Amino acid sequence: MKTTRAPRTTSPGSDGFAAARAPRTARAVRVPGGLSFRVDVRAFTVVVLLVVAALAASVVLIGTGDFPIPAADVLKTLVGQGNRGQDFIIRELRLPRVLVGLLVGACLGLGGALFQSVSRNPLGSPDVLGLSQGASAGALVVIVLFSGGATAVTLGALAGGLVTGLAIYFLAWKQGVHGYRLVLVGIGVNAIVTAVNGYLITKADFVDAARAVVWMTGSLNGRDWTQVWPLLVLFLVLLPVVAGNARGLRMLEMGDDVSYALGVRVERVRLLLMGSAVLLTAAATAAAGPVAFVALTAPQLARRLTRSPGPNLAASTCMGAALLVAADLASQRAFGADQLPVGVVTGVLGGIYLLWLLVVERRKGRV
Amino acid sequence: MRAAGLLFSAAILVLVALASIAVGAKELSVAQVWHGLFQDTGTYGDVVVGERLSRTLLGLLAGAALGLAGAVLQALTRNPLADPGVLGINAGASAAVVTAITFLNVTSLSGYVWFAFLGAAAVGALVWFLGGSRSATPVRLALAGTAIGAALYGYVQAVMITNGAALGKMRFWTVGSLASATDETIVQVLPFCLAGTVLALLLARPLNAMAMGDDTARALGAHLTRTRALAMLAATVLCGAATAACGPIVFVGLMVPHLVRSFTGPDLRWILPYATVLSPVLLLGSDVIGRIVARPAEVQVGVVTALIGGPVFIYLVRRRRTTQL
Repeated sequence: MKTTRAPRTTSPGSDGFAAARAPRTARAVRVPGGLSFRVDVRAFTVVVLLVVAALAASVVLIGTGDFPIPAADVLKTLVGQGNRGQDFIIRELRLPRVLVGLLVGACLGLGGALFQSVSRNPLGSPDVLGLSQGASAGALVVIVLFSGGATAVTLGALAGGLVTGLAIYFLAWKQGVHGYRLVLVGIGVNAIVTAVNGYLITKADFVDAARAVVWMTGSLNGRDWTQVWPLLVLFLVLLPVVAGNARGLRMLEMGDDVSYALGVRVERVRLLLMGSAVLLTAAATAAAGPVAFVALTAPQLARRLTRSPGPNLAASTCMGAALLVAADLASQRAFGADQLPVGVVTGVLGGIYLLWLLVVERRKGRV
Repeated sequence: MRAAGLLFSAAILVLVALASIAVGAKELSVAQVWHGLFQDTGTYGDVVVGERLSRTLLGLLAGAALGLAGAVLQALTRNPLADPGVLGINAGASAAVVTAITFLNVTSLSGYVWFAFLGAAAVGALVWFLGGSRSATPVRLALAGTAIGAALYGYVQAVMITNGAALGKMRFWTVGSLASATDETIVQVLPFCLAGTVLALLLARPLNAMAMGDDTARALGAHLTRTRALAMLAATVLCGAATAACGPIVFVGLMVPHLVRSFTGPDLRWILPYATVLSPVLLLGSDVIGRIVARPAEVQVGVVTALIGGPVFIYLVRRRRTTQL
């Protein structure tokens, strides 16, 4: 096996600004059987580091709480050699919660990256386009009108997210879905659904209203294995779909006409990927509530780390997981266990980041 | 022709205002409304008329303020999608008001209306700056506004979670409603609405010149910086006053100028007066609808305007190239 340095590529797409800044580090790896593939060394390193960071934060997070457990004991328990008390706390209470956090973060990161790539806009994330609000509306209907339990709320959120996603897609459809129309239609839908949510909260009695508002901030409190499994299954099912179309997505960033000429079935790829993104976002929202701004920031941070053009799907996914677990850790360490929902932390951090992003992109004349 | 249309619009406004007094959980006949308005003797019907009268007056003020603000913003940004709600200005005002009520113990409207101005002005300037000022495209401005609005919305949510009393008070205010109107409210916002309206109407001519592009406007003798600053001031005062009095109401400022423009053409000297008269028709009409559909309870006017305005917004996006006004 030998490696040769690939010629420096400058991306012709609208997202080539990162590539223009740094020399590309992609290498072609050739396997003896005539097979060869490209590896972006920097992106690969970033993904590995992010995975390590997410797992490390998870271990610390598992050890954090009213009953602190040292990291060494956490690891011991996870491989099945802890004492019975720690075994119960970790396996039944804290591990599922952290897993939900990791999965929700990963789903939001991936969904956000897909949306931003399809809408060709760094702000075109599910939070801004009304998907999160749509999922919230589904959950609120269940909480306020039916006082439903946790499972019903989850299903309601899933349905709400899917309906909103479909509505946005079809309303933005006019001989194909274009980035700017998708964004603007999403903003319109967001306004409608936000109003409906506000109305539902005023209709509720005080206890339901308090519950609804906590739900709408996004929280990992009290999540258990019943949330982990559906999320995990969905994630594993959608991952191959997304991976299979990732190549087409990269082409799409060069514009519809070019990618059409290059043999990409434009609308099909877009529909499949948007459908996956909607499912991922809706499922994540159903499990943890609409955790703000993870879907917006994770792809942007990932891109800045990898310095690679294109959607950066793998890095965004890992970044989302790492971000969410780190935010939960920060909120628990700073305010005590279960005091402040994780969504408040991501909301504040995301808001600050958003301002910075707008300033920087403005200077570059983008957004 | 256009003057006659304005008179006709005023007539519609009077009718809608009367409907707003007559319709509600307790139906009133025209005779009862008349009795309550002009021969108040304190009967049950008269009391109801009194309550609904202040609500209707507030609707008139807030509607006119929002519509004018929308028209001015659309002219100022040369952006067909500009609206106090879409640009996040309402969100800025509400976040400031929530802060004032929760943390600074400001309880009276005359106290927090200043915070509303402050929040509206801050977000307006921020969106204008971040959206790319002169090179701003509709998409950019709308995105900057929506994103900042989302961040502020998150902040309001966080305040409501951590503070039970705030939740009790604010969850009704944050949807936008005329229901809590009193005579006091009207007296307190009236000066601001009047000042903003006069300022906006005076700006029609320079804004007209600016519609032709910066260079032409300068050649025509318009003072660009001053006009921009004054227009922003007018929009901020109008939005801030309306939001402080009835909470964030979206899309009124978006829809009415578009409807008006299709009739009057692009001349702001006609658009602005028309918007002043017709926006309250929309707001009061929405309020009446909100009272009818869920009787004896009611749907807040902010919800109704969003449900009507959202589809209009999407229609505008779909209809034409959104880069043109």
